[in-house]
Amino acid sequence: MSRHKLVKTMNLDDELDDFDGADFDDGYDESEALTADDKARLENGVREVHSILGPSVNVSEKSIEDSLWHYYYDVDKTVNYLLQQQAPTVPVIPLEDNQASSRAQFKHSTSSLFCGMERCCDVPFSLQGFFADATWRHVPPERQGEILIEPLYPRGGLCGGSPGAGEAKISKLAALAAARKKKENEKHTCAESHESNASVAMLEKLDTRTPSAEASDLKGPANSGPDTQSVASQSRPTRHGLRYPSKRRDYSPAGSFGKGTPKEAPPHASESENPAKEATPRSNPTAAPSVFAKTMFGDAQDPILSVMPPIQSLALSFPRSSGAKAKSDPFAGPSPDDVVAKAQSSSKGVKAAKKAAQSAKDDKATNDITANIEAVAIDEGPKPRSKNLDVLAEFEKSRAKNAANFIVIGHVDAGKSTLMGRLLYDLKVVDQRTVDRYRKEAEKIGKSSFALAWVLDQGTEERKRGVTIDIAMNKFETSKTSFTILDAPGHRDFIPNMIAGASQADFAVLVIDAGTGNFESGLKGQTKEHALLVRSMGVQRIVIAVNKLDTVQWSKDRFDEIQQQVGAFLTAAGFQSRNVAFVPCSGLNGDNIVKRAEDARASWYTGPILIEQLEASEPTNRSLDKPLRLTIADVFRGGVQNPLSISGRLDSGCLQVGDRIVTMPAKETAVIRGIEVDLEPADWAVAGQNVVLHLTDIEQQYLKPGDVICLPSALIQNVTAMTVKILAFDHLTPMHVEVHRGRLQVAGRITQLVAVLDKVTGAMAGKKKPRLVQPGSVARVVVQLDSAVPLEAPGKVILRAGGQTVAAGLLE
Amino acid sequence: MRLIKQNFERDGSGFVTLFPEEPEDMWYAYNLIRPNDLLRASAIRRVTTESSTGSTSSTRVHTTLTIRVASLDFDPQSSQLHVSGRIAEETKFTKVGQYHTLDLELQRNFTLEKDGEEAWDSVARGIIKEACDPVKSADVWAVVMQEGLANLAVLTGARTVLRQRIEVSIPRKRGGRASDHDKGLEKFFQTTLDTLLRQIDLTESKPILLASPGFTASSFQNFILDTAIRTGNKLLMAQKANLVVVHSSSGHLHSLNEVLQTPEVNARLKDTQYAREGKLMDDFMALLRKDDGRAWYGPNEVEQAVEKGAVGRGGGVLLISNALFRAQDVAIRRRWVKLVDKVRDIEGGEVRTLSSEHESGKRLDGLGGIAAILTFPLDDLDDDASEHEVPTENENELRV
Repeated sequence: MSRHKLVKTMNLDDELDDFDGADFDDGYDESEALTADDKARLENGVREVHSILGPSVNVSEKSIEDSLWHYYYDVDKTVNYLLQQQAPTVPVIPLEDNQASSRAQFKHSTSSLFCGMERCCDVPFSLQGFFADATWRHVPPERQGEILIEPLYPRGGLCGGSPGAGEAKISKLAALAAARKKKENEKHTCAESHESNASVAMLEKLDTRTPSAEASDLKGPANSGPDTQSVASQSRPTRHGLRYPSKRRDYSPAGSFGKGTPKEAPPHASESENPAKEATPRSNPTAAPSVFAKTMFGDAQDPILSVMPPIQSLALSFPRSSGAKAKSDPFAGPSPDDVVAKAQSSSKGVKAAKKAAQSAKDDKATNDITANIEAVAIDEGPKPRSKNLDVLAEFEKSRAKNAANFIVIGHVDAGKSTLMGRLLYDLKVVDQRTVDRYRKEAEKIGKSSFALAWVLDQGTEERKRGVTIDIAMNKFETSKTSFTILDAPGHRDFIPNMIAGASQADFAVLVIDAGTGNFESGLKGQTKEHALLVRSMGVQRIVIAVNKLDTVQWSKDRFDEIQQQVGAFLTAAGFQSRNVAFVPCSGLNGDNIVKRAEDARASWYTGPILIEQLEASEPTNRSLDKPLRLTIADVFRGGVQNPLSISGRLDSGCLQVGDRIVTMPAKETAVIRGIEVDLEPADWAVAGQNVVLHLTDIEQQYLKPGDVICLPSALIQNVTAMTVKILAFDHLTPMHVEVHRGRLQVAGRITQLVAVLDKVTGAMAGKKKPRLVQPGSVARVVVQLDSAVPLEAPGKVILRAGGQTVAAGLLE
Repeated sequence: MRLIKQNFERDGSGFVTLFPEEPEDMWYAYNLIRPNDLLRASAIRRVTTESSTGSTSSTRVHTTLTIRVASLDFDPQSSQLHVSGRIAEETKFTKVGQYHTLDLELQRNFTLEKDGEEAWDSVARGIIKEACDPVKSADVWAVVMQEGLANLAVLTGARTVLRQRIEVSIPRKRGGRASDHDKGLEKFFQTTLDTLLRQIDLTESKPILLASPGFTASSFQNFILDTAIRTGNKLLMAQKANLVVVHSSSGHLHSLNEVLQTPEVNARLKDTQYAREGKLMDDFMALLRKDDGRAWYGPNEVEQAVEKGAVGRGGGVLLISNALFRAQDVAIRRRWVKLVDKVRDIEGGEVRTLSSEHESGKRLDGLGGIAAILTFPLDDLDDDASEHEVPTENENELRV
């Protein structure tokens, strides 16, 4: 970058002034100003040239002097040059122009790069000049053959990667690849042309140098091998080496010079410094092309170069011109950049780009690449195929452990999350380190007692506020059963979430705060409401964890009091007493949860501890043979490979990978791509399991929590009105209610109170069209829904209004 | 609405010329105009003329037409009233008997003529009086929300208009993936705020109620203020004082009832019609729960109670939804008007007409559109009432 800038901003004239300054100022304009030494050398040179050329050649004294000056008193070069000039058709170079000549001279003396540029333009190619040293009809064989003459290039600036020049920059990768290919080509063609010319042999040696030697070339003449260096300094005017060794090297031929268009570039590149070549007796004062130059313009031995004086170098490389050129011309095919760009546009793969770069040079390769790219095109993968399993048979076969889901309910701050956190911690589901981290973080915000709850309360807001907001699902296993915890929020605002959780549960754990006053307020609050809710949603068995007993010194009286009060209430709510169990415990300390309390004050309790009570739960029977119903609990992005996933519990039926399902009420179909049962990939799932389904062929907008998944063969109907047999918890009039069924939540209205029914028999009792349904009575009502939702006959619904659960019902 | 001209005859017929000024006035007009009335308003009509050669050309002409109203159509979202009927007066362009639908426009007079005895009854005159009352209650914006659901509504004097319902699916918390939920919640807030900003004019200073269960509303309030600071939105920042966070039991629109009863809102909106109406409904419901025979609802029960003189001086209140007065059948309307007149003028009870477009009015509609608080308990009003059903076909029609 900096080099580009340097070059771009470089004012050539300034540079010239600077560098030519002290030594050259005198000799700039007037030849009279030449030093005596110079004059002497000049005279000597002229004499020598005259003697070499002989009288036959008519050259003016002046032009010899100029040429000598130009070539730094190098007699050989001067002679060559003059001989060329002798050709009659050659346009006379305006050497008389002092400015031009001095500039040319400077260029040559400082950088052969500049020199090459100037000369190739100043000295047009001519046949006469070319064959000047060959007698008529005795053209040396190496110079016969197809002469490929490049058109004259306009006088150009510098070559290089100027973006304005129209040719995009070549990528490093492409350059490297092309260079490799070039080298192979070189070897190949060199071998071919071996016998054609003896003089090639010398070059060949150079050509087949090791890459390391080549690399040293890159760095410029000053760094090249000692042998070539010495030769170079001999064959050149000494001044060059002395004056600008390092500075000029900065502007190495490696592509930083850049104003010229690529068309101008070849002569420049072919003329770039090649100290190795200078090792030949009649040296060409140019360096070998850099790797870059080679890549850009083909081999250094291209005929273009040969056109240039000195003629010897031309002779060397001529024979290969036709063959090698055609093959190695990098511009024959699409440019490497084009190919790369093409490759990149169709496939981001680096691999493809690499391939593209490597075979950039011929069309066939290009075709290959396009073919490759097409092959690389992202494969969407086969459509999930159904294995056509007999899921029920598979399920019979598998006979895994008992699985049970239980919901943890209770009044807010009863310690539900902490109790479950403790359970998971003691069962080593959560490791010490995690809990320690939570403890530290919790202490930081002054809620150290919430550390265990954080195992389940993972939401940012939940932690900030210290309240469970949504259901948390966690798994643990005991030797007998694998459990899924559904940790419900206790706050009354989040009862809809709790209802969603309860719909997935087989049994419930009711947590009661035994603390003074807390139990009483809880009983008035959500303790009761939760218990009623889970009961009305079909939960039969309930384990009551009387928590925080440590705060009341493990008082047995307190425990008995609670047991008596809650027991009475639960019986009234419809729980059978054999399905109700009480455990005194302390969630914060972990007493009577996984291990028995060590506190002596708690020794009075000898019954089963919490974990034993959990294990005592019997597996519930599953409605496997009923049609598939799954209420979506959550719609989320399951990962990179599964952009759309849903989770929920299979209410009934079974499903397997590849099944086509229908989501209601959207009535859109989808295909199951994958199933996860308890976070393990599975091929099938049956009722009762909590599953994650990865779906395809459906848009996310059709899936909402609360929607029902079913099979096309047994669709669930969308309803806008329903008749419900309800158990009223509150006064019911025709009123606005929210209807809950699992995650499903919809606004509606009770439009009609059809009748109050007898609690036991279900027969009509009392008035036909009551204007009010009293709490605790059973009634039949008509509910109009605001939007159509999937509901069907034996479904259990909860009606809420104004933040209160007003009724629980059964669809009719 | 401005009353331009009024001419009532002794027998109750006559006409008024009204000048509607704001969208709300269309609602009053909707309650005022009844089928079979004569309505005269400016209209745009396409007139097709046929030349002697049979080719037709049609032009649109601005004219004033008088139609005999056949039906009304009110669009609550855009507050537009379309009245269709048959042209009653011949004009240059139209013949009598052709059909036309008048779109009543703001800032243009319309003349409503009712003929027939007692066509301009007390209720109709009451509507005019109410509509032309220069003291208007300010509009209030309400965002009733819960996670993933938001209802944007504007409460005007006579109506609650649901402007937009927003549903965004928010992923639940899953083990170790709390960020999904947070991201979803933020997207939900952003959508809600964007919608709100599209709907409201920030230059006006109106209260904005944010109601939700849990912490959603307060989080949303924080989100609004954060966004205002982040984007340097000074207008939005200025709304800070107008944001009122209230608790509601759910994100459904009917939760507005509770919202309007909360002390925070009551302090601000004490004397607005909807707040009063909501209070009345709550009182009635509380009485109904007591089940002591002093609260009755339903057309027949209330009529009986009024006949028995139970809705009179000393606490008798008749609650009636204005939907009942929009009955297509003149006889039915007359029945309710008579009832109202009786309670007010003869019995000395209190009559409250509730707007069926408010949440409280909708609650009343759920009870049959009419309810009464009695001065003394009456039992068994519903025993014989269930026998003869009252046609309530208008109930469905009013629910747009």
